[in-house]
Formats: sequence, C-alpha cells, structure tokens
Amino acid sequence: MNTPVDITTESITLQIDDKDVSCRKGETVLQVARENGIDIPTLCYMEGLTVWGGCRLCMVEIAGSPKLQAACATVCMEGMNICTKSPRLENYRRMIVELLFAERNHVCSVCVSNGHCELQSMAVKLGIDHVRFAYRFPHLEVDNSHDRMRMDHNRCILCSRCVRVCAEVEGAHTKDIKGRGVLAAIIHDLDQNWGESSTCTSCGKCVNICPTGALTHRGTAVGEMTKKTTFLPYLTLMREAQL
Amino acid sequence: MTTPTAKPTVATVWLDGCSGCHMSLMDLDERLITLAGLVDVLHSPVVDQKQFPPQVDLTLVEGAVSSEEDLHKALIIRARSKLVVALGDCAVTGNVPAMRNYFDRSDLFDRAYVENAQEPTTPEERRVVLPVVGVPPLRPHATALHEVIKVDMFLPGCPPPADAIWYLLTEILAGRTPVTTTVSRFGK
Repeated sequence: MNTPVDITTESITLQIDDKDVSCRKGETVLQVARENGIDIPTLCYMEGLTVWGGCRLCMVEIAGSPKLQAACATVCMEGMNICTKSPRLENYRRMIVELLFAERNHVCSVCVSNGHCELQSMAVKLGIDHVRFAYRFPHLEVDNSHDRMRMDHNRCILCSRCVRVCAEVEGAHTKDIKGRGVLAAIIHDLDQNWGESSTCTSCGKCVNICPTGALTHRGTAVGEMTKKTTFLPYLTLMREAQL
Repeated sequence: MTTPTAKPTVATVWLDGCSGCHMSLMDLDERLITLAGLVDVLHSPVVDQKQFPPQVDLTLVEGAVSSEEDLHKALIIRARSKLVVALGDCAVTGNVPAMRNYFDRSDLFDRAYVENAQEPTTPEERRVVLPVVGVPPLRPHATALHEVIKVDMFLPGCPPPADAIWYLLTEILAGRTPVTTTVSRFGK
C-alpha cells in the first residue's frame, strides 16, 4: 500500500547524501532515507496510506537528472546518487511552506491545534520566521454540521490524508477533493454538509490524521486539539498479517 | 545621534495589536534593569515621549498595519531606524487583526456600529453617526509590517516569550544575527 510498485527481495545499492545504503528493489527514496536516519520533510506522506506526492516537500536531487523528484514517489534504482539537502532544495521547501501559509488563513495564535500542528512545526524546522508572499485572506467556511467533528477550511492544506484514510482504511470514501488550484476544497459525499453525509461512519480517523487544525473534535479551545496517529501503523500491520 | 561612547538607542511602537508583546517585554522582569544599563529607550508606550525621535538604532514594532495612521507611523519608523524588528505575530503575519480581511470594511462597520449598537434607536440613524471624524481610516486589509516597509528581523509569537525577546535583544547588542525560530514560532 505504501509504494508505487511491489517490493521484492532483490537487493540494490545506492547513495543518499554521500552515504552508501542498500535496500530492497521497489522501496522508495523516502523509505530508504528514513530507514537510514536521513530526515526528509513531508506533509502529505503518511505511512500506511497510498503515496500522494502532493506537498512536494520531499523533493530531492538525483545526479544526472535536471528535474527534482518527490522522494515519496520515486523508486530506488541501482547506483542512484541522491541529495536530500542543498540550498536549492531548502529554498524551495521554504517557499512551499510559506505559500501554504499565504494561501489560506492559518492564524496559529487562535487555532485549536496551536502547538500540535505539523504545518507550524514545519515552519520552525525550516527556519521560517515570516512569509515573504502576500497573504490571500480568502473567505472560507467552517463546517460545523457534524455533531462530533468540525471541518475548518481556513486551516486546510489539501494534503488529502483525510481523503485517503477515509477511502483506504475506513473504506467509506466520504471525503474527496473538489475544484482546482486555490479553489480546491475537501468535500463530503456530493459536496454536502458533513453532518448530512450518509456514508460517514463518524470513526474520527480523518481528524487524527489531519496535520493541522482543519479537522478537529468539536468543543476544543485554542491549543487543546491533539492528534493521535498511532492507530494507522497498527491497523496496517494487522491487515497485512491477515492477508 | 549616537556617539561612540553613547548607549545604543531603542524605540518600541504599538500599532494594531493587543499590547501583549509589550507585556511580554515587561515580563523580562529584573532583566529590565540590566537592559536599562545597556540601551537608552527613547520612545515607547511606556516612555513619556510622544514624538518618534529623529534617529534610533533599533525599533521593535508590535502590531499589524491596519489604519492609515499605522502606515504613516511605519514609514517614519523605517526612515528613522537603523534596524526594524517585527515583534510578534501581528507585525509578522497580520495575525488576529488581519482576521477582518475576509470581510469588506463596510460590513465590519455595519457589524460594529449598526447591528451591535443600541443607540440611536433605529439602524438608519446609527448608520448616520458612524465615527469618521478624528479617527484614522482603516486600510482595506490589516497587513504584516514587511508588506509596507523593509523589516530587518522577525520575532514570531503571540506573544513572543520574554526569554525570546531577551535572546533577540542580547544577540543584536552583541552584534550577532538572532535565529528567532530557535526560541519562538507562529502562535507561541
């Protein structure tokens, strides 16, 4: 479920940040880097869900290729020489996160996820102390129609983790994405209010998997919303054991 | 203005913010006494000097640029300060004052002075008495400081913790460039 192609037992060797590493054929650059203690930042990637390749934070340089590649969606090849940290990559990663802040209304100080937010901690990790792009300040809705959970489109970064966990793990596929570009948004069923969805099982996986304050439990005040993602590796492991 | 023997001069300014960043500055507690020995504070909400001085070495700016007066002050600050620091999330990002940006200004005024007001009796009468004389006009958007002037350093946080302010000041006074994300972050 994690990789674009099946992992085989065949072993290959490659270099990541001048370090010789080996892996099984079919593993992705991101998996192998993390197995070897090399950190590549991600927001949309989630172990246990299909690869999305949407946030572009895991972009790496591959020797001999002029294009940057998303480490989460790039399968390791024999003899690859990969660079995960460079001024060029760091600049792009900063720009990506700054653009996420500028695109919607991430008012950290009054957000229920303040202090427990992956976007916020990513800004710290990348040394972002201000956003160089003009904020868009779009007028976005908060869907309060569900009796236990809340969708705040102001905080959404469209990582699609909620869509994937709902479709692939819960099997409900209540959530999806409508529209393109800045008009894209998470929807429930046929773009209905969440509370009116006939497919939502109210399992809450989407809330726990959401990296920001976009999906939260109701009744939480500033900084009170903490997420628990430990269920996902557990469920994945149990399912693989059953197959 | 400064001579080689004089202490560095500092100003602090409060634009569209809640004063929380200045409260955090006050939270330096006994370090304020040390600070008083290191710098001369020429202009601040806590100093009885109404006009911005002709020249200062360092200005800390709290708050977003929300009104025409804020913009006017920001331009003066930039022209007269060697170093401008955006202090706290409102100055750095727009933060809470910028939450009005999703709405049109006329809707805001309606909300504040017509819908939520008691006097005069009818909404039509209240609309006539909108405060426009002697108050600075609101700009269409409340914005971060660096959207209107060049800002040299940024200290995020709502408010930035006193320790972060102390780190910023001592690093600047030591001639170093503070890396503020090591001590604070958006929303801290």
